[in-house]
Amino acid sequence: MAVYTNGATAAGPDPLGPAGSPGTGELVQLLTPEGERTDHPGYPLEISAEELRSLYRDLVLVRRIDFEAIALQRQGELGIWASLLGQEAAQIGSGRALQPRDMAFPTYREHGVAWCRGLDPVKLLELYRGVSHGGWDPREHNFHLYTIVIGAQTLHATGYAMGIQRDGAVGEDGEAVIAYFGDGATSQGDVNEAFIWASVNNAPIVFFCQNNQWAISEPLERQSRVPLYKRALGFGFPGLRVDGNDVLACLAVTRKAMQAAREGQGPTLIEAFTYRMGAHTTTDDPTRYRLAAELEAWKLKDPIERVKAYLVRTEQATKEFFDAVEAEAEELGTHVRQACRAMPDPAPLSIFDNVYAGPNPLIEAERALTEAYLDSFAEPEEVAR
Amino acid sequence: MTTLTLSRALNEGLRKAMESDPKVLIMGEDVGKLGGVFRVTDGLQKDFGEARVMDTPLAESGIIGTAIGLALRGYRPVCEIQFDGFVFPAFDQIVSQLAKMRYRSRGQLALPVTVRIPFGGGIGAVEHHSESPEALFAHIAGLRVVACGDPADAYLMIQQSIQSDDPVIFFEPKRRYWDKAEVDTAAGLAGAIGLDRAAVLAEGTDVTVLAYGPMVRTCVQAAVAAAEEGKSVEVIDLRSLAPLDTEAIFASVRKTGRCVVVHEAAVTGGLGAEIAARVTEECFYQLEAPVLRVGGFSTPYPPSRLEELYLPDLDRVLDAVDRSLAF
Repeated sequence: MAVYTNGATAAGPDPLGPAGSPGTGELVQLLTPEGERTDHPGYPLEISAEELRSLYRDLVLVRRIDFEAIALQRQGELGIWASLLGQEAAQIGSGRALQPRDMAFPTYREHGVAWCRGLDPVKLLELYRGVSHGGWDPREHNFHLYTIVIGAQTLHATGYAMGIQRDGAVGEDGEAVIAYFGDGATSQGDVNEAFIWASVNNAPIVFFCQNNQWAISEPLERQSRVPLYKRALGFGFPGLRVDGNDVLACLAVTRKAMQAAREGQGPTLIEAFTYRMGAHTTTDDPTRYRLAAELEAWKLKDPIERVKAYLVRTEQATKEFFDAVEAEAEELGTHVRQACRAMPDPAPLSIFDNVYAGPNPLIEAERALTEAYLDSFAEPEEVAR
Repeated sequence: MTTLTLSRALNEGLRKAMESDPKVLIMGEDVGKLGGVFRVTDGLQKDFGEARVMDTPLAESGIIGTAIGLALRGYRPVCEIQFDGFVFPAFDQIVSQLAKMRYRSRGQLALPVTVRIPFGGGIGAVEHHSESPEALFAHIAGLRVVACGDPADAYLMIQQSIQSDDPVIFFEPKRRYWDKAEVDTAAGLAGAIGLDRAAVLAEGTDVTVLAYGPMVRTCVQAAVAAAEEGKSVEVIDLRSLAPLDTEAIFASVRKTGRCVVVHEAAVTGGLGAEIAARVTEECFYQLEAPVLRVGGFSTPYPPSRLEELYLPDLDRVLDAVDRSLAF
């Protein structure tokens, strides 16, 4: 039935354009897939050669982390991994737009943002290896723990932003929050509630939606009949769509939205139009639900190749630079592999730690019973000791 | 000492908490100008401002979810869920986020959030306004679950809950909101009984009756009635449902040899089942009768014209006491 197709209705095509197509003239882009610099009146971007090279380096390194993690999962070192392949520009662009004082609330796929926040990537592996539910101190990097429940973190981010308001930390040098989520999450009640709370409170928050076109096997038309960024209008704050494979555009739009939030202008929804090049996670098989041709088309829009092409053509980077980045990636890969394999299992009785702030009689009783039970397997001489 | 209703005692407790800690916030539906549908937050917005007493959008998941974010920023939110049956849209945020954040973060994050829920029946309300969902929360690791039974406890327990670095689900017996009692509002928390402790309200030697929330008053009355027939009933207000004060429970049952648990919630999978199992495990040789449960039927909460039949009352408690003694 026409009503269930991509944005079209029985009355004709949706005037807003199909939800799953990039549309025309709506996409903020500063670097084309061919590596040509373009200008956008709303998002002028002055960027030095050094900054460009540094962005390129980040893109390459986070792709390498991802590559290693997938391999580690295949080797049985990780239980599962959620790949960011294809989304590097959205994550590095937005992540590099943040100030250290800003707070980020990620999903479980924000490895590139984690990199920008200064986390050792090995910390990310703890969750996927089953060693912990989150290996880092969120306050140390102003990077919250990965949230697995789809969209739940958008409310935490909004509440945190309301706390910034109550702390009087809104203003030119103010703080802001960025909430990451995907296209599938936009159907969640929590995300819509976060939009409402942020809007009526004029909270200092940027909603950064990586529309990677697929929620596991469900294409965007299962989630929306309108382009996602247009949803913001109904909640009363600006929304825009950016080329999510263009690191410069992602940087520029996020910088502007974050600064607006810091200064008290309230929320913005950014829809980064990108593509999940890999599987949802290592347990997924995308060949069951999507066509290889689609993947091929997106390969031509690769987020890294376009930066490389631009750097080479404008002679802002030499072969030595690219070789050095490659060597650094090798080194990082080795670090990730070795550190992952060396990661010890948690101590058995740590299962009882940190359930409550203080000792809890029921948990302490279970801890004691379990300890005695485990001790019952010990060799007699060990018991004697 | 002042005579206060339970609703007013909570109000005074909230006021005290807000005065002593500027990080304490109140958020919920209609908690501002209206003062809450039960007037528990009456006057607080006027005195503490809209930034600290927030009328929220009508979305319970949003209330808890944003409270979590505020707590991550260093605040101590007190959320009001307007009625027991409305907590379920927030269940995901409570169970998957609020309860687990400390554990997930290996103790690096604390969420000192208090969730106030008026619970129980007996006020002739329409459906979803008379439920007793406490066992659902007591089942969840990481939450503390408490229920106050009288104004004096309400005044102290709400302050203790707000001070707790754990998330607390705070059940208020809504049909007792208008019960009056003497409350010492000058008393600090220092001398107060711990938030995780039960209280013996009536000493007895024949049967232990355990209750909480709205059933406390009913059980105290039952003990008085039983005494007239020569039966000595010990009544314990559990106060804390998670963790249970098993020390107090076991001590009493070891003395009386008999135990009856009373709650409005359905007996199936309720707190009574948990208590019966633990008492059987720990007091088996002292028991003279099986642990009995008095509670709601295993049906949805009925229309209000039938709620008198559904809710445990004095006679049903006495009946259980007699059955225990006859064993």
